Amino acid sequence: MRTRWMTLVVAIATLVTSIGLLTASATAVPAAQPGQGSKAVGFIFVGPKDDFGYNQAAYEGSQAVKKANPKLKILTAENVPEDDTAARVMEGMIDRGAKIIFATSYGHLDAALKVAEAHPDVVVVQQGNFIKGTIPPNAGTFFGTVYEPVYLAGIAAGLSTKSDKLGYVYAFPIPQTIDNINAFELGAQSVNPKVKTYTVNTSSWCDPAAQAEATRSLLGQGVDVVTQHQDCTSTVIKTTEAAGKMTVGYHADASKLAPKGWITGSEWSWGKLYTDIVKTALAGEFTGSQYNANYRVGYKTGNNPFVQSKFGSMVTAADKKQIAAAKAKISTDGSPFAGPVDDQDGKVIFAAGEIPTYAQIEALDVFVKGVVGDIPKS
Amino acid sequence: MNLGLEVMAGGVRGGASILYAGLGETVSERAGVVNLGIEGSMLCGALGAYAANAASGNPWIGALGGAAAGGALALIHAYFVLDRKSNQLATGLVVLFLALGVTSLFGAAYVDEIITPFEIWKVPLLSSIPWVGEIFFQADPLTYIVYFLVPITWWLLFRSRWGLLVRGAGERTEVLRTYGHRPQLVQYIAVVIGGVLAGIGGAQLSTAYANAWFENMVQGRGFIAVAVVIFAARQPFKVAAGSFLFGCALALSPALQARGVTINQFALNAIPYVATIVVLLLLGKRGASEAPEGLKKVFEMSPSS
Repeated sequence: MRTRWMTLVVAIATLVTSIGLLTASATAVPAAQPGQGSKAVGFIFVGPKDDFGYNQAAYEGSQAVKKANPKLKILTAENVPEDDTAARVMEGMIDRGAKIIFATSYGHLDAALKVAEAHPDVVVVQQGNFIKGTIPPNAGTFFGTVYEPVYLAGIAAGLSTKSDKLGYVYAFPIPQTIDNINAFELGAQSVNPKVKTYTVNTSSWCDPAAQAEATRSLLGQGVDVVTQHQDCTSTVIKTTEAAGKMTVGYHADASKLAPKGWITGSEWSWGKLYTDIVKTALAGEFTGSQYNANYRVGYKTGNNPFVQSKFGSMVTAADKKQIAAAKAKISTDGSPFAGPVDDQDGKVIFAAGEIPTYAQIEALDVFVKGVVGDIPKS
Repeated sequence: MNLGLEVMAGGVRGGASILYAGLGETVSERAGVVNLGIEGSMLCGALGAYAANAASGNPWIGALGGAAAGGALALIHAYFVLDRKSNQLATGLVVLFLALGVTSLFGAAYVDEIITPFEIWKVPLLSSIPWVGEIFFQADPLTYIVYFLVPITWWLLFRSRWGLLVRGAGERTEVLRTYGHRPQLVQYIAVVIGGVLAGIGGAQLSTAYANAWFENMVQGRGFIAVAVVIFAARQPFKVAAGSFLFGCALALSPALQARGVTINQFALNAIPYVATIVVLLLLGKRGASEAPEGLKKVFEMSPSS
């Protein structure tokens, strides 16, 4: 009995020591740059790839990467929830050879950072959120300044509305949503000072029944232009179109769902940005690059991946000229949030003549004057 | 539109799917079988209706497809509970998870399909009555059908011979056997009817109310139906009242927000469930003692008769 016990102890000790030696020697070898020479790229989406919205756009971006890199394997996973499951899915892709992972939803950040920490040789980039504090050498976030085309869409809405009431259906008051709603109202206000934006939230990125009820409530209040910040956009648009009112799209071009009421919208064009990130990582240049940061690009700094959708037939040539002029202004020395901007209580957020930076705008946590609705204090 | 009017109209529209599932669960529970998978039947019904509608272009064929899908899922539940004598509560939940997985998998292809939804049909004359007309008589055909199903279900359960057999099976199956009936067949039919009705409820949700399909779109309405059935003591008319109440609670949040009423969004979302708990607390005790004997055995976890 005693000898068997001693043998077991010695065996375990040997096993542990040899594992320790092996791993020690592994870390002693200089590692390649994260993502370098990867054979596959992984994309995880929070929803289905044909939701007429956010995830569809991300999926199309992944296909653009495939086109630009025919030899690269593209791994995709839809309906990945924003919790630990995401980490498991990403690990699965890493097991299949992916050294570059795109986590495309706001709530995937925690899982993405966990995976980045566990795999220093894998580039993990997350779409839409902000990494606070030090950014790991193999991670980064990226996004476009969504509110810029939304501001221009707001101008179109302000010019088209007859009841001076606009509606916004949203999910949660995350910074992007707050910026979007504010920019939409400011754009509409700039051409129609009486206009108001009514907000209703559904507490879900895609709950068709809640979206339908929210839209009906807004329409019942006299709103005649409805827009949204949701992942799947078709329900709100179909409900608005069935009621004979106007639509401003988001995430994707859904004009075929609203042949009569489509004004304009904003949509994603991720292909170029995704392909550039992949190129940088494959070449081993990710660490220290512009993508190894909280990368934001807007009209002023480069190619905003969030672009205007095409106009509907009701937008006149004069309106289009006005919108083009506004775009030129905010691409150079203007801003959708150029002061004076007040909050709902009349307090000054940005003083007259002030041009806020992208960072200042993303830090906003209040609605501007003219927006009807409340932000729950977390 | 007046807030009360909007909430009640929303209550009818949103509560119709819950009422379908509630009527189905009433029939099933009266026969002594608790079907927690009624939410799964609603999901299958929602997808089945959406897919059948997309394929045929006809909303009624869609509704039939939804009914069939809901009934098929309930058949699985009935088989395991009645033939294999498995625990009713656990089987119901497992059936629900099965439905969630299956509908998410096959439903992904239907998310971007465009269907022919049920249109709102205003009943001539009746819909012009102030208040009552706007609330009850400006809805989709499936909602009008469920108005009739409430008294029909009551009559079937409490005035017809078949209903007597169903309730007998729920109370004590030996009694039925003594008289030469087959209690298991009666229970099978009751459970499948429950699934069929829930499937139509799901169809109403996807092809009439929301006009969309998305995974897990039922969002717990099936469980609310189970709760409503319990606190309504399995009486069809009370189930109708409870479903209407819950539908109103669901419609309250967007109605308040659209008017700029500043209440925390998460508090508003909790209202329907808090309301359910409050009503259960007030009425639950009375309801438990009136439950069919067969059901009492289920909840005490002892082997069913």
